[in-house]
Amino acid sequence: MTTTAIKPVPFDLATSKYEPVIGLETHVELGTVTKMFCGTPVTFGAEPNSAVCPVCLGLPGSLPVINKTAIEYTIKIGLALNCSIASWCRFARKNYFYPDMPKNFQISQYDEPLCTDGWLEVEVDGHEFTIGIERVHLEEDTGKSMHVGGATGRIHGADYSLVDYNRAGIPLVEIVTKPIPGTAALAPAVARAYVAELRDLLRSLDVSDVRMEQGSLRCDVNTSIAPIGSPDWGTRTETKNVNSLRSIERAVRSEVERQAGVLDAGGRIVQETRHFQEDTGATTSGRSKEEAQDYRYFPEPDLVPMAPAREWVEEIRASLPELPAARRVRLQAQWGLSDLDMTALRNADALDLVAETVAAGAPAGPARNWWLEELSRRANDAGIELAALAISPAQVARIIELVEQGQLNNKLARVVVDGVLAGEGSPDEVVASRNLAVVTDTSVLAAAVDEAIAANPDIAAKIADGKIAAAGALVGVVMKATKGQADAASVRELILQRCGAGN
Amino acid sequence: MTGNYQKAEGAGGAGGRPPAGDAALTTMTAAQMAKAVADGELSAVELAQAHLDRIELTDVAVRAFLHVAPEAALAAARKVDEERAAGKPLGPLAGVPLVLKDVFTTKDMPTTCGSKILAGWQPPYDSTITKRLRHAGIVILGKSNMDEFAMGSSTENSAFGPSRNPWDLKLIPGGSSGGSSAAVAAYQAPLGIGTDTGGSIRQPAAVCGLVGTKPTYGGNSRYGVVAFASSLDTPGPLARTVLDAALLHEVMSGHDPADSTSLDAPVPPVVAAARNADVAGLTIGVVSELSGEGYETGVLTRFNETVELLESLGAKVQEVSCPHFTYALPAYYLIAPSECSSNLARFDAMRYGLRIGDDGEASAEDVMSMTRAVGFGAEVKRRIMLGTYALSSGYYDAYYGKAQQVRTLIVRDFDQAFEQVDVLVSPTTPTTAFPIGERADDPMAMYLADLCTIPSDLAGNAAISVPCGVAPENGLPVGFQVMAPVLADDRLYRVAAAIETALDQRRGYPLLTQARGLDQIADVTEAGR
Repeated sequence: MTTTAIKPVPFDLATSKYEPVIGLETHVELGTVTKMFCGTPVTFGAEPNSAVCPVCLGLPGSLPVINKTAIEYTIKIGLALNCSIASWCRFARKNYFYPDMPKNFQISQYDEPLCTDGWLEVEVDGHEFTIGIERVHLEEDTGKSMHVGGATGRIHGADYSLVDYNRAGIPLVEIVTKPIPGTAALAPAVARAYVAELRDLLRSLDVSDVRMEQGSLRCDVNTSIAPIGSPDWGTRTETKNVNSLRSIERAVRSEVERQAGVLDAGGRIVQETRHFQEDTGATTSGRSKEEAQDYRYFPEPDLVPMAPAREWVEEIRASLPELPAARRVRLQAQWGLSDLDMTALRNADALDLVAETVAAGAPAGPARNWWLEELSRRANDAGIELAALAISPAQVARIIELVEQGQLNNKLARVVVDGVLAGEGSPDEVVASRNLAVVTDTSVLAAAVDEAIAANPDIAAKIADGKIAAAGALVGVVMKATKGQADAASVRELILQRCGAGN
Repeated sequence: MTGNYQKAEGAGGAGGRPPAGDAALTTMTAAQMAKAVADGELSAVELAQAHLDRIELTDVAVRAFLHVAPEAALAAARKVDEERAAGKPLGPLAGVPLVLKDVFTTKDMPTTCGSKILAGWQPPYDSTITKRLRHAGIVILGKSNMDEFAMGSSTENSAFGPSRNPWDLKLIPGGSSGGSSAAVAAYQAPLGIGTDTGGSIRQPAAVCGLVGTKPTYGGNSRYGVVAFASSLDTPGPLARTVLDAALLHEVMSGHDPADSTSLDAPVPPVVAAARNADVAGLTIGVVSELSGEGYETGVLTRFNETVELLESLGAKVQEVSCPHFTYALPAYYLIAPSECSSNLARFDAMRYGLRIGDDGEASAEDVMSMTRAVGFGAEVKRRIMLGTYALSSGYYDAYYGKAQQVRTLIVRDFDQAFEQVDVLVSPTTPTTAFPIGERADDPMAMYLADLCTIPSDLAGNAAISVPCGVAPENGLPVGFQVMAPVLADDRLYRVAAAIETALDQRRGYPLLTQARGLDQIADVTEAGR
């Protein structure tokens, strides 16, 4: 049956008839110093095939040795996700042929994962969702294939492929949720919120740099729909490698729309792997599970079973840092922000930036405003993430300080931001080099005011007559004369004073 | 210079023609060689050269070597001589030549595993055991032939042709470590290293009249041993005497952090045990399941005589039943192929070794498939298919899972037996060496060669094969197997040394001098001149 001609059903209509169930599998590259099973350093952006050794290249005769730090990190993640930690478990071999798999099997975990049965709470539009965690297990990453030529960038149709094994053997944690029902039209937002919460959690644990754009956090999204009220769930599809928060939301949305179209047309959902297309936001069919591989899992005979000591697990539990949810509650109270403000900060991915700005001495209100308004706009214009802006929280805090001290007005402050973003140095350096300080020298200001009064005697007369509102026109003249570098409030006061209308 | 050493010349009435002249150096034991080098009576270079000459002369007939490394061997020997001259302490086997099974990685020699798929592959690293041998001043002469990826009992599965048994060149030298056994029996090297997955050290030792040990699993590092079946593969020594085997056993063993399955335990005192040929008070269990139908009369005759011999030396002998040993062979032929199907997946033409069909058009999948079709031999393919099937979803529980349960029962049989006795004994293999080609087309008949050796591989305990004479009907050597608990490898040597001492005294000459194949070797080499 071909489904290509079937039109998707608009999301609102789809969710008015169908109930989505979603599930997420997240892969996280751990930030260990060395790889999972050998002493080769974990690197990013190194010369292809330079960070390899006989073990991670799977050369004949080589053998794996478990990296204990990777186990510790996985247990940390499991504990933070409220999981049970296995007292005994094994690695297993997942067998399949692919050129970026040095051994043509992946050392992973199968029916004996390290962590099981946990949960993570997320909030969307004031609704709380408890996401069940099925399992957290540890495996090795594969190499990276680059398929050259061909239209899709995938192996089929490519002229040739290049393989970089630097990534092969980097410890990879897989976090699998239980199926998530009951999200209705919020399904895309819940999927996104879960990954965002998970990312914040992993960052707070300091076990990974969780950079979705670099692939250190990668998501597969499972989606199914069934008519509302149906006792059974629908057939699910798995959308692979959805690699930004926005894409996760779009992938769920488009898959719900597509599946609704198929069901409305009397069709049947095929259990299959689908690929997310960044350009269209739609998913396209990959291989179907019916022709899926048999991975022939069996316990890895080159490794002895793992049996993390209870005391060690408790030590790790005791060392867990403050987790993001608790931190948010604390920060909100400290900063005196509204729920709405906090949500806005999280959605903009600005929470940590604001926290660091406050830590650098700025009051919470201005810090929030700068990051959410001016700086968000700059990031948007540049098409980058907020955190990727070339300005540090400490620099933002300094600009806020200069404004608070009256040395900059808001307009000048924005110019300072321009300078910092342009790489002209620190805020103070930009102020100096661009000569941006507010004119505070009263003699200079007084001269400018006197000039303005002299040039506009009629206005000055009106002010003297008590028409204080007319002072605005003179303020404008003075600001123009000082090229905006005067503090408008001081200028106004001076004008009133000179015109005898001050008191 | 060589006058003091016991040689094979004049061995009473046995008809074998041992090496003559300078080549007589090659008939010394490893222990004698090491002592002569240490005492300065013989240089390591002379020893290495004598063996290289012997190899050049005889290997055209024996075909034990896949790669001979004269330069590397002489350089290693020179280093030993220099160290001795500098007064540095030498290891117990310094200067002694050795042949290494071609399954151990060597950064200065190719490593092929007897397979076309790895022909010419030069590893960038040394196996842990290769390193230990070099560190000990042992002189590696080259790499020996083997059944492809250690799958077989005859070396007939080598992509480079079979090796010949020095007892009769028409016969198989055993396998899979048959190149090493042939070389040691042909005096090409006093020491050989093999790997034992289902009997691949003990069976070749038995059919070539040598001592061969499968140490406790985990006692010897597998790092750099190209894997056949990871949970079974065990490196171990082959030698002409019990003491030589023990000396090598001690040098090659010990914990290796690069192998997670390596045991962090002291090496059992095997050399001391080999020097203490005393079985008085030892309780010996004869495994009732490893006897009877399918065993050659001559094998059982010599085996039973040897059991009586041990009893006469003061051992207590009793029969022990290990009921699940009957299922060892089928369990092995599920577990080993399952692991091999996964271990051998990496040979895919992408990174090293053979590449077939890469014409710029064929897909990676096609190239993998063509390379594997051409690069692997029939037996390897058979086992990959068996293992792939046994691990498939829907069959896993019935095959791999069931086989693991049998494995547990075999471990239990051993545990219960070792509560009653100190060691277990059996013939090493049901028959003496069979003719090349006889079983080549009958895998089941070939598999039966490992009937007695497989239980110890599945259980991971230690076992040895020691010669116990020749079968009366064909004059071919018979191996006597001794099995000991995990990490009680020393018991093997105690029993084996007792047998060797008693039989040598009774016989009055070394067993190997009866090897009429040594005549054939001389004939072939003379004809070749």
